[in-house]
Amino acid sequence: MSAREKVIFEYSHPGRGASDQWPHDPGPAALADLPAALRRAQPPQLPEVGELETVRHFTRLSQLNFSIDTHFYPLGSCTMKYNPKACNQYAMLPGFLGRHPLAPESHGQGFLACMYELQEMLKAVTGMEGVALSPMAGAHGEFAGVAMIRAYHRARGDLKRNEIIVPEAAHGTNPATATMCGCVVREIPVDAQGDVELQALRQAVGPNTAGIMLTNPSTLGVFERRIQEVARIVHEAGGLLYYDGANLNAILGKVRPGDMGFDVIHMNLHKTFSTPHGGGGPGAGAVGVASRLLPFLPLPVVGKEGERYRWLAEADLPQSIGRLSAFMGNAGVLLRAYIYMRLLGRDGMRAVGEYATLNANYLLKRLMTAGFDAAYPQRRASHEFIVTLKRQARELNVTAMDFAKRLLDHGFHAPTTYFPLLVPECLLIEPTETESKDTLDAFVAAMSQIQKEAEQEPGRVTSAPHTMPVRRLDDVRAARQLDLTWKPTAQP
Amino acid sequence: MSNVPADLKYTKSHEWVRTLADGSVEIGITDHAQHALGDLVFVEVPDAGRAVKAGEACAVVESVKAASDVYAPLTGQVTAGNAKLTAEPETINTQPYGEGWLMRLKPAAGALAAAELLSPADYQKLLDAEGG
Repeated sequence: MSAREKVIFEYSHPGRGASDQWPHDPGPAALADLPAALRRAQPPQLPEVGELETVRHFTRLSQLNFSIDTHFYPLGSCTMKYNPKACNQYAMLPGFLGRHPLAPESHGQGFLACMYELQEMLKAVTGMEGVALSPMAGAHGEFAGVAMIRAYHRARGDLKRNEIIVPEAAHGTNPATATMCGCVVREIPVDAQGDVELQALRQAVGPNTAGIMLTNPSTLGVFERRIQEVARIVHEAGGLLYYDGANLNAILGKVRPGDMGFDVIHMNLHKTFSTPHGGGGPGAGAVGVASRLLPFLPLPVVGKEGERYRWLAEADLPQSIGRLSAFMGNAGVLLRAYIYMRLLGRDGMRAVGEYATLNANYLLKRLMTAGFDAAYPQRRASHEFIVTLKRQARELNVTAMDFAKRLLDHGFHAPTTYFPLLVPECLLIEPTETESKDTLDAFVAAMSQIQKEAEQEPGRVTSAPHTMPVRRLDDVRAARQLDLTWKPTAQP
Repeated sequence: MSNVPADLKYTKSHEWVRTLADGSVEIGITDHAQHALGDLVFVEVPDAGRAVKAGEACAVVESVKAASDVYAPLTGQVTAGNAKLTAEPETINTQPYGEGWLMRLKPAAGALAAAELLSPADYQKLLDAEGG
């Protein structure tokens, strides 16, 4: 395949550049109103590259991508589904693109109407009483959610409550969020079937319990069957229930977190509602709340009075936890989610949950038939499931990471590896509803082929990938000697 | 097969405990634990003087696969954290029961007797049950 694409600085030559396109040089006077201490002494070290070289460089880089538009991307817990092009097209309408966030409300009624309707649709699909759209990622939404739980207890003078209970199957971000919000994390175990151990939960709750953070279906890819009992135990102890929306795709249109007893939820619009995803953003982590948390929603929220839409601000929600982003968060991403939901409608929403689950269970059964071990073979999968390669690691010395790397050679993005931590040598596989049976069958064929190689020619698997621009990278050395800065080598 | 030295005590969460001549204890993670985590890239150890309770998360070990808390096997006061691990986390991979120790602890009165520690045989049984 192609040789390593160079860093753009390596194409740089002094004085080269698309100089005709530079802005008119306003001269040093333009900087006069900037205090001297804030001006840089040296010009920034920017690459000096012509337009065509720049275009080719970035086009080549883009061609190295594994993306949902080019490859099956069964990355468990991430819900890498197809992003319909129509969502992009309508979100790019000139009226939306040209809107200035500081324009008066009267000039943005269309946009505000979209945001208001998005809030209403998300309320309807989750069973919550209020929604705020501004958090800009899943973890940001989590932060908003736990901050609201804390604000609720504080407003009641219940100052002791600083413990957040987290099952061991939780997302890693849950304990991180609780800690960020000044809470203490109490971890409780799950049983052999993947359900929360109720006895451990009963022992963990008490007068210090602020709440519990749960994902349902859990990270083990199974539905928490005793969720109502969990809700009762936590509520009776005075705590609140937080729903991590990472796996909302599995239950879309079928079960609502509000009906399960949850008080607050974040939704990853970039997962469930199909906005572009990956590379750290731009995401959108809208939050929904039950009625008792309505006063604490982050700002801004869009309100409707008669036929007029307006921003609700501090005067409307004086107990709000505040503003978490500039303006409306990632407005363009929110628009894409809105259009996606309007395209699907209520029936389409239900079909998403059904096909996501059907695809996962089909793939699980086919992989089991092909000889792979499911981590929870007795449980029906939700929208994702776990295969454990513990046996292959022990008998053949071929690990989950080796399978993952070899899948790249077969044209498949690897599933999530080594997560959840509970299951050794695991692959967490999530096909999503948008994949065809042909694609799923091809994935099973690739896995079977790799298994055969692992038995007959294991070196082929343990040294994979063979067809990628770079081979197996030394991830240990990369972590131990963090070096993110390109430095010029001596000129010849 | 994991190495389980006969002269140590163990926890269900894969820590080991060695009683030293002066009555203090040395604590680390087991060979099984370092193997399951893989190559360690970051280790955080507690400072001397910190009081820890049995079961409290008191150190962090991080590999390219996962970050994991290490729990205090018994209540006491930290007398030393192994500072060498900050620069050379891989010591835990190569010598989990020797140079790769994480912390030393002066047990609170009666804490050693009260701690729920496993014998080498019982720890080996736990590993067998987990399909180690």
